[in-house]
Amino acid sequence: MNSVLGSRRTALLLVGPALLVYTAITLIPILWSFGYTFFSGGLISGFTFVGVKNFQTFFTDPNAWNALGFTLRYAIIVTIGQVAVGYLLALLYVFFLRRASSFVRTVVFFPVVLPTVAVSLLFQRMFQLAPQPGPANALIHAFGGAGTDFLGHADSAFWVLIVMDIWRSMGFYAVLLFAGLVDIPDEIIESARLDGAGGWSLVRRIILPLSAPVLLSSIIFSINGTLKVFDSVVALTNGGPGNATTPLTLYMFQTAFTYGDYGYGSTIALMLTILCLLVTVFIFRGSRRDVTKA
Amino acid sequence: MTAVIDLGRDAAIERPAKDRNRAVRLLRRLPMNLVVVLLLIIEIYPLVWILLGSFKTQDEFLNDPFWTLPRSWDVGNYASAFSTGNLGHYILNSILTVFPALFLTLAIGVAAAFALEVLVWKGRGTILLLFLAGIMVPGQMVLLPLFSIYFNLGLTGTLWPLIITYTASGLPLTVFMVATYFRAVPREMFEAATLDGAGVIRQFWSIGVPVVRNAIFTVGLVQFFFLWNDLLIALTFTNSEDLRTIQVGLLNFTGQYGQIQYGPLFAAICVSIFGTLLLYLFLNQRVMKGLAAGSVKG
Repeated sequence: MNSVLGSRRTALLLVGPALLVYTAITLIPILWSFGYTFFSGGLISGFTFVGVKNFQTFFTDPNAWNALGFTLRYAIIVTIGQVAVGYLLALLYVFFLRRASSFVRTVVFFPVVLPTVAVSLLFQRMFQLAPQPGPANALIHAFGGAGTDFLGHADSAFWVLIVMDIWRSMGFYAVLLFAGLVDIPDEIIESARLDGAGGWSLVRRIILPLSAPVLLSSIIFSINGTLKVFDSVVALTNGGPGNATTPLTLYMFQTAFTYGDYGYGSTIALMLTILCLLVTVFIFRGSRRDVTKA
Repeated sequence: MTAVIDLGRDAAIERPAKDRNRAVRLLRRLPMNLVVVLLLIIEIYPLVWILLGSFKTQDEFLNDPFWTLPRSWDVGNYASAFSTGNLGHYILNSILTVFPALFLTLAIGVAAAFALEVLVWKGRGTILLLFLAGIMVPGQMVLLPLFSIYFNLGLTGTLWPLIITYTASGLPLTVFMVATYFRAVPREMFEAATLDGAGVIRQFWSIGVPVVRNAIFTVGLVQFFFLWNDLLIALTFTNSEDLRTIQVGLLNFTGQYGQIQYGPLFAAICVSIFGTLLLYLFLNQRVMKGLAAGSVKG
């Protein structure tokens, strides 16, 4: 019996095509890209070996620091925003709407499936000032304020981006966290209520600790996604004004394809990959320490 | 027990006060209900706004405030988006790349997941891990070598780079998700089939695939959204206007007109948004479950 399900040749036959495609189009390019980091130049200009110069450049390049700073700021704020708003929504679904939450859940979730480019163009128009103020500026006018060219200034462009990405993804994290909250046994919540816990203290002492695992995985998913932000930046601000909203992903893209420097581009991509790994490991370890403390 | 007693007392003694209680409860729930209503407005209003806008003329955009209704329900903007804006061509490119890639990634991904999860052989753990590693690596890490490869193979200028890259980029998540579903299938099913004399390929095709049919559909749906909404890969490998997918086309949409033509732009955004929205309307529970299961992709 085991000889049939254990036949190695047939197994390789089934896994072969996928493994072949994956190796050729993902694994080898990753190693190849790693090799590029020791060269300068590109397809048109040709490659020259430069040793670790690209890494030295990266750490002294003000644009790279700028991109790194933006990436971190964006990732931290959006992660906190997504998970916090998602958690509040999940609490709303479980404890306020209860059985009736299905409709609201479905509606709040839908921006997740919309194409980022379309959503970005939509937000560009919603926050525009000229030639005709969009809803955001019209609202400010209505309250007597002066309109702002939101996407024309570094700070406000950053916040429009944050608002847009939280708008897009909060329903997703709400559903993810909702699944975690529903799994908490009713008896625990009921007995905590009988012990006099209600409202805020119920959430803080009972529900929050019990949903810690699903919160943790949400944070890891979120930070891994937001560190790689590309689509929404490209479509909403294209990194501007200036390079104020340029994340590492976009800086890498520009370096490689606009300036034709594959070596330095690969170095930036590698730094991003390392950053994702470091952050994930860091969160994992941080959470383990907390668990042992409690 | 206490609940039963409470209920009995309620009915017996406090019946006259019941209506008032309900009113009090409704009033207490009012602030939160307002929050829910506000939430729904925040979600839905932008779409209503863009839909109304897609019927407005350039003149209405420049001179009327944003909240006005269009003066006529003219579909001219949509016609312009398809003719001058070339939207139809972009959609066709998206269909021609996403669906073949989707089919390929599902076909080889499901086979691989079966081999890695159901079959027992040395080395399967390592290979499964190898696939999982691919989920975390940013796409930027593979773009440049791929560009070199396609350039040297002479594939640049066709849709092949997109199809190939999409197929590979969907694999890790497909293998991971389908393997998870296979794990839930009782092993006895396959063992019984073995006793009946079915070979591995036969088992894969006649038992494995039908049993996880629903899962394959869900995974396909999730991958469809990822591929259809992709911008990074499409932007990298579409070096001419002819090859643009709907996302790249939409990104460069205003360039087709010289100056921003709001009506056609809004119409194009609408086409892009309401296409995926329609799919979501019919399959929302499945999409939500699938995307939540695929959340490892970040």
